Amino acid sequence: MNLYAIKAIYTFEMARWWRTVMQSIISPVVSTSLYFVVFGAAIGSRIESVEGVSYAAFIVPGLIMLSLLQQSLSNASFGIYFPKFAGTVYEILTAPISHVETVIAFVGAAATKSIILALIILATAALFVDLQIQHPVWMVVFMVLTALTFSLIGFIIGIWADGFEKLQLIPLLIVTPLAFLGGTFYSISMLPETWQTIALFNPVVYLVSGFRWSFYGVADVDIAISLGMTLFFMAAALAIITWIFKTGYKLRS
Amino acid sequence: MNMHATTASPAVAITGLDKTYDTGFSALKNINLEIRPGEIFALLGPNGAGKTTLIGTICGMVRPTAGQILVGGYDVITQFRKTRAMIGLVPQELTGDRFETVWATVSFTRGLFGKPRNDAIIEKILRDLSLWDKRNDKLITLSGGMKRRVLIAKALSHEPSILFLDEPTAGVDVELRRDMWNVVRELREQGVTIILTTHYIEEAEEMADRIGVISRGEIILVEDKIELMSKLGKKDLAIQLQEPLKALPPSLEALGLKLSDGGEELRFSYDSQSDRTGIATLIAAISEEGYRIKDVSTHQSSLEDIFIGLLRERT
Repeated sequence: MNLYAIKAIYTFEMARWWRTVMQSIISPVVSTSLYFVVFGAAIGSRIESVEGVSYAAFIVPGLIMLSLLQQSLSNASFGIYFPKFAGTVYEILTAPISHVETVIAFVGAAATKSIILALIILATAALFVDLQIQHPVWMVVFMVLTALTFSLIGFIIGIWADGFEKLQLIPLLIVTPLAFLGGTFYSISMLPETWQTIALFNPVVYLVSGFRWSFYGVADVDIAISLGMTLFFMAAALAIITWIFKTGYKLRS
Repeated sequence: MNMHATTASPAVAITGLDKTYDTGFSALKNINLEIRPGEIFALLGPNGAGKTTLIGTICGMVRPTAGQILVGGYDVITQFRKTRAMIGLVPQELTGDRFETVWATVSFTRGLFGKPRNDAIIEKILRDLSLWDKRNDKLITLSGGMKRRVLIAKALSHEPSILFLDEPTAGVDVELRRDMWNVVRELREQGVTIILTTHYIEEAEEMADRIGVISRGEIILVEDKIELMSKLGKKDLAIQLQEPLKALPPSLEALGLKLSDGGEELRFSYDSQSDRTGIATLIAAISEEGYRIKDVSTHQSSLEDIFIGLLRERT
C-alpha cells in the first residue's frame, strides 16, 4: 500500500478545498437556510406535521441528503476531472499507485468534504428547528455510505467528462431531479399510489428514507432495504470504477 | 561509455513492443531496445514518429498492445510499483496546478511516488534548478521557462534512477537550456540513466552517449554517438583562395572539387574514415594549377545531416 501517495492526494485535495473554504461553506449554508425559510416557515406553517414530525424538522434529513449528494458528486468529479483538464493527470498515471489507492485518496477527500458540509448544515438546521436524532450511529452510517457512494459516482463522471459541460450534465439533469423527487421535501406516502410505485425505482428514496429514519424513526421503506440499496449502489459504482481502471477508459490510451 | 554498461542488467529492456490505437493507427511496431544503466540515450525522430508513445508505454500512460518492457529487470505491467518508483518523467507539455506553490507541487510529487517527506532533498533540487527564490510563488505567476524547471524538479523529487525528458528544451531560452544540461550532467555523474527525446539534433549531439532514431513507429537505428558520427559522417573540406576563380579547371573538377562563395572557395567532401582521403592529391593539384591557398578548414557532418540522410533512405 502506497500510503504516502494516498496522503499526498488526500491532503492536496483538502488543501485545494481549503483555499476556497468560505465559498464552499457559505453557499450551501445560505441555500439551506433559504430552504428552511421557504419550505420550513412559509409552506411548513400550512402543513401541520408529517408522520408526527413537524414539517420544518421533517425536511432536515432530506436537505442534508440533498447537499450530501450534490457536494459528493461535484467534489469527486471535479477532483479527478481537474488533473485531466490541467494535464497533470500524467503524474497520477505514472506514479507507483494502484487503482484502489487512487480511488481511496480522491473519493476519501471528496467524501470528507461533503460530510463536513453536511455536519455544518445539520448545525445550521439546529438553529431553525428542534432536532432529535434517535439513531445517531445509523445517521453517521447513512451519511458516510451516501457520501462515499456519490463520491464514487462523481469520480466516474469526472473520468467520463471531457468538458465542463459534461461535468455538470449528470448532476443537473439526473441527480438533482432524482433528489427532489426522492422524498427530500415530502414522504412518498403523500403521493398517489401509482407514483409511490414509480418512486421506488428512484435510488434517492432509499437514501433519504433511511437517513430520515435515523432522525425520527419513521421511514418510507424498510430500514434494511434502505441500507441494502445504499450498499448496492456503492457496489455498482465500484464495479464501474473497476471496469474503468481495467480498460483504462478515458485515462490510458 | 559507461562502466556499468557491460555488467549490469539494462535500465530499460524492450522486446517486441507494439502499440496499435483503437483507431487502428499503429504507433509502435516491434520495438526492441535496451537502455544501459547510467547512460544518456537520445531518441531522435520527427514529430509523430512515436517518441512520446514509446515513453508513455514505459512510464505507464500508454497500454502496450504486445511485447514486454522491463525496467531495472521488473515488468512495467505486473510490477508497476517497482518500475514507476524508479522513473521520473518530464512531460513535453507545460502542465501544472496553477494555483499551487512551487514547494507544494514538488513536495506533492515526492509523496505521490511513495517517498516520505524530506525538505532537505526538495530544497537541494529547487536550488539546483534556480527555483529556490520562487518556492512560495504560485505556478500561475511563473514564466514558461520557470514552469519547465518546476516540471524537472517534480520529476526529480522522488530521486529516480531513470529520468525521461520528453522534448525538454522545446521553447526554452539559452540560459535554461544551459542550466538543464548542467543538471543532466550532474545526474549522470550520480549514476542516473537519462533518456531524452528530441528533434533538436544538437541536443543529442552535445549530450548523448547513444542515439536511437525512430521513424514511423520503428527504431531504425541505435548506435553509439561517436561511432555513428564517424561511421556515417562525411567531412567537408573548404579551401579559400587568395584570388577568386571564374571557372573551375577540368583537372580540379575531375578530382571532385566544387567552386563556391563567388569563386573564392573550393569545396570537397570526403570520408574521414577512409585510408586515402585524396586530400594530398588535391592540394598538389591546386598548387600545380598555380592557385595560392589563403586558408583551409574542415567540417564534420552533423547528426542532423546524418539524421536527414537516414530518413531520406527510408522514404
